[in-house]
Amino acid sequence: MQLAVWTYEGPPHVGAMRIATAMEGLHYVLHAPQGDTYADLLFTMIERRAKRPPVTYTTFQARDLGGDTAELLKTAVHDAFERFRPQAILVGASCTAELIQDDPGGLARTLGLPVPVVPIDLPSYQRKENWGAAETLYRLVRTFAGPAIGTPRVAAARPRCNILGPTALGFRHRDDLVEIRALLERIGVDVHVVAPQGATPADLARLGEADFNVVLYPEIADQAAAWLERVFGQKRTRIVPIGVGATRDFIAEVGALAGIDTTALLAQATSRLSWYSRSVDSNYLTGKRVFVFGDATHAIAAARVASKELAFEVVGIGTYSREQAREVRDAASVYGLEALISDDYLAVEAAIAAAQPELVLGTQMERHIAKKLGIPCAVISAPVHVQDFPARHSPQMGFEGANVLFDTWVHPLMMGLEEHLLHMFRDDFEFHDDAGASHLGASAAAPVMETKPETLSWAPDAEKELRKIPFFVRGKARRNTESFAAGAGLTTITVETLYDAKAHFSR
Amino acid sequence: MTLAVAEPTLDGAVGCGEPVILRERGQREVFCGLTSIIWLHRKIQDAFFLVVGSRTCAHLLQSAAGVMIFAEPRFATAIMEERDLAGLADANEGLERIVDALLARRPDIKLLFLVGSCPSEVIKMDLGQAAQRLSRRFLPDVRVLHYSGSGIETTFTQGEDACLAALVPEMATSPDAERALLVVGALAEVVEDQFRRIFATMGVGPVHFLPPRHAAELPALGAGTRYILAQPFLADTARALSDRGARRIAAPFPLGAEGTTLWLRAVAQEWNVTPHVFHEATAFGEQRARRAVSHRRERLSGLRVGFFPDSQLEIPLARFLSRELGMVPTEIGTPYLHREHMAPELALLPPGVLISEGQHVDKQLDRFRAERPDLTVCGLGLANPLEAEGLATKWSIELVFSPIQGYEQAGDLAELFVRPLARRARLEV
Repeated sequence: MQLAVWTYEGPPHVGAMRIATAMEGLHYVLHAPQGDTYADLLFTMIERRAKRPPVTYTTFQARDLGGDTAELLKTAVHDAFERFRPQAILVGASCTAELIQDDPGGLARTLGLPVPVVPIDLPSYQRKENWGAAETLYRLVRTFAGPAIGTPRVAAARPRCNILGPTALGFRHRDDLVEIRALLERIGVDVHVVAPQGATPADLARLGEADFNVVLYPEIADQAAAWLERVFGQKRTRIVPIGVGATRDFIAEVGALAGIDTTALLAQATSRLSWYSRSVDSNYLTGKRVFVFGDATHAIAAARVASKELAFEVVGIGTYSREQAREVRDAASVYGLEALISDDYLAVEAAIAAAQPELVLGTQMERHIAKKLGIPCAVISAPVHVQDFPARHSPQMGFEGANVLFDTWVHPLMMGLEEHLLHMFRDDFEFHDDAGASHLGASAAAPVMETKPETLSWAPDAEKELRKIPFFVRGKARRNTESFAAGAGLTTITVETLYDAKAHFSR
Repeated sequence: MTLAVAEPTLDGAVGCGEPVILRERGQREVFCGLTSIIWLHRKIQDAFFLVVGSRTCAHLLQSAAGVMIFAEPRFATAIMEERDLAGLADANEGLERIVDALLARRPDIKLLFLVGSCPSEVIKMDLGQAAQRLSRRFLPDVRVLHYSGSGIETTFTQGEDACLAALVPEMATSPDAERALLVVGALAEVVEDQFRRIFATMGVGPVHFLPPRHAAELPALGAGTRYILAQPFLADTARALSDRGARRIAAPFPLGAEGTTLWLRAVAQEWNVTPHVFHEATAFGEQRARRAVSHRRERLSGLRVGFFPDSQLEIPLARFLSRELGMVPTEIGTPYLHREHMAPELALLPPGVLISEGQHVDKQLDRFRAERPDLTVCGLGLANPLEAEGLATKWSIELVFSPIQGYEQAGDLAELFVRPLARRARLEV
C-alpha cells in the first residue's frame, strides 16, 4: 500500500483513454463502476475538447456484483456499437472491474459484432497511465498493422515515415506534431501515418508501408515501434528533438534513416535560442542551479538544454517514470548526479528543498513545491493542467520549441540587471531579504530548509555577513562554508571562515 | 440476447398534477461519493480523509480538486497494490503503517476517516474493524471512523451522507429532553452564521450543526432533538438520527427567498414561534432576497432549463428557478429520488413536469438535443461538448461548491444561472 497525496500518473485505463480519444473511428468500452466517468473531464475540461471521449462505461453497482455484471458489459458493448458504429471496439476493465474478473474481451467477442474487438488487459494495481497508453497503442498496432498489405514502395517516391506517440491529453503533443511535420517536410521526408493522434484503425493498417518510424514520445510509442521494427524491419528514431542540439541530432538521424544528405539543412537551420543564449544579456544565467523533474523524455531533454544550451548547472534530475529509470540514471551520471526515481511528491519536495536550486523545471506538482519554497519554476512535462494547453502555438520540439524553452525557462528568473541592483542595494529598505517578491504587498517566501552539523556554530558577525549574500545563493554559501569548516575541524564559523570558504570554493 | 438493463419505466399518471417520473439505467455521468471529500475536508477543519482505494481514486480526487487546492490537503489515498490484493493481512498491515506515518506528520488531526472505495468494497476489506483497531491505539488524541464513498454504492453527494451517518453513532446522548435544533448537511460558514442569527432572533435554540467545524464540537442527541435537513441528499444520516430518537422537521430546502422562508417556518412552527416574531426575524431578509432575485428575473423568465443528474440538488433548484425566476423546467434529472424527503419540494413543482431518476447518459443526451433547453445544467464531462453543439450550459459542480442557501445568497444563486447566458450575449467571437 502506498500513500499518495498527489499522483503524477493516472491509472492505466486513463492511458488507454488517451489513445482512444486521440484516434478516430475507435470506441472504448470500459467495464467500470459509476464515478470512473470523472476521466471524461480530463479531456473536456483540461484539454477543452469539444467532443466527449469515445468511451462507454458499463456503470455497474454493488447490487450487480455476483449477478449480472457480465450481461451489463455485453449490453454496453452492443449498444455502443449500434450507437457509434466504430471501425473497431476496444474493451477493457478499470481497477474495480479487474477484481471481479468478468473477462470483458471474451464476453465482447461472443457478441459476434461485424467489427474487430480488441481486448486490453491493463493491470491497475501494478501499472500506471503511460504504461497503459503504450500497451494500448501496441495492442492496436499489432491487431491492425498486420503483415504489410498496403501499396508497395515506389522507388521514385520520397522517403516516407510514420510519426508515433502523440496522444490526447499529451504535454504539447498538439504543437510538437505541427513542428515535427514541418521539419520532416524540410528534410524531404513524407509523413505517412500519424498514430495515435488522428488515426483510424484503417490508418494503422498502413503503418507497415512507411520506410521508418519517428518516435516522439518513447513512453508511449517505444513498444509499438519495437514491434514494427521486428515485423517490418522499420528502423526508428531514438533522438527526441527537444532543444537545439537534439533537434540537429534528430535531423541527422532522420537523414541517415531516409538516405538524405542533411548537411545543407543543418548548415542553415538555426534557432533564436542559440543567439539569445550567446547574447551578453544572458551572462547572468551562467551556472544557475536548476532542478529537473518530469517524465523521463522531458527530464532528460531538459537537463541537456539546461546544461549545454543555457549553461545552467543541473543540481538535481529525476523522474516519476519508473519504466524509464535506467535512461534517467544514465543521464544523471553525465551531470555527476544520482537520479531521483520516485512518484512520491513529498520525496520530490524534500529533494528540491535539499538541492536549493535557483530554478525548478518540473511538472505542475513541482510548480506548487517551488511556489511554496519561493523558487522560480517552469513546467516541462505532464501531468497536464489547463495551462498546458495554451491558445497559442507553443511546441517543445524542433527549433521553434527551443525558442519556447528559452522564453519559458528564462522569464521566471530575475533578469540580469535586476539581480545586480538587488545585490548592490541588498539592505535597501524596500528590497531587503525579508520583504516579499513585490513591494506591492505579496508576502515573503517561505525560508528554504537549512540544516547544519550539530557541532558547528556561527559567530554572530559571520551570521550577519552571511545575510548580506543574496538569498538565492545564501543557502549554497552556508552549506559550502559549513562543509569547509567541518573539513577544517572548526567549531565556530567567523567572518574569516566565511571568506576562507569563499576563496576555497572559487578556486 | 437478454438485456440486463431495464427498460425505462414511467410513473405518475400523465395529465394530472403529479410529476412524471422516468427511471433509467445505463451509463451514469456522475462522480462517486469520494468527491464529497473535497468540501468535507474544508468543512471539518481537523479531520483527515484517507481513501483506501486505487490509483483511480487518487486521480479522481486530484482531477476534481487539484485545480483548486494548492496546499497539502487534508485528504490522501492509500493506494492498494498487487500484494494488498493477494492477502488482506498485508493490506491491513500496510494501512496501519500509512496511518502511523500520516498521523506523525499531521499532529493537528483529531478525526481520521478511513474512506472505503470500489476496490476496497469488492475485496471486502473490513475498514470498520481497522478503524476500531486504530481508534484503540490513537484515542484520545485521534478518533478513527470509516464510511464508504465507493461508486458502486454512492453517487457524488451521497458521500457526504455516508460520512455524516458515520458521525451519528459518535454523538453523545444528552440526558435531558429539552428541545434542541440540529441543522444537518454541510453549509458554508457564512450561511451557518446567518441561520444562527435568524434562529436566535426567533428564540430557537440551542442550535447545532452537523457536520461541526471541529471534531470535538460534535453535538449530543437527546429525546428533544429536532433535526432539519439543509441538504437534500442525506437519506442515511436522517435514518440514523431518527433511529437515535431525533425527530425530523419536514420542509423544502433553503434555496431562494421562498425556500428559505418555508424552511425557517417549519422550524418556527416546531418551536411555536409567534407569527409576529417570525415576521420580525425573516421579513427583512426575505424582502432583500426577493429584490436580489427579481433583478435577474427579467433575464431568465420564460427560458427553458434542463438538468442532468448530479448532486440531488436538482429538484430544489428547479423549484427555485420555476417559482422565483419564471423558468420552465424541461427535464429534471436526479441520481436518486427520495420521495419522503422531497415531498414538500415536489408539491411546489409545476404540474406534470418530467423528473428522470438514475441515468442513461446517451439517451438523455438525445432528449436534450431534441429539446434544446435554453440552459442545460450538467457536469464537467458534458458541459464543453454541449457548448460545442450550441447549448448554453451551467456546470453543476459550482452549485455544490458555492454558498447558495439562505436569503443573502439567493441573488448569488440566481446569478449563477444568469452568467452563462449573459456571457454568451456579450461575446462577439
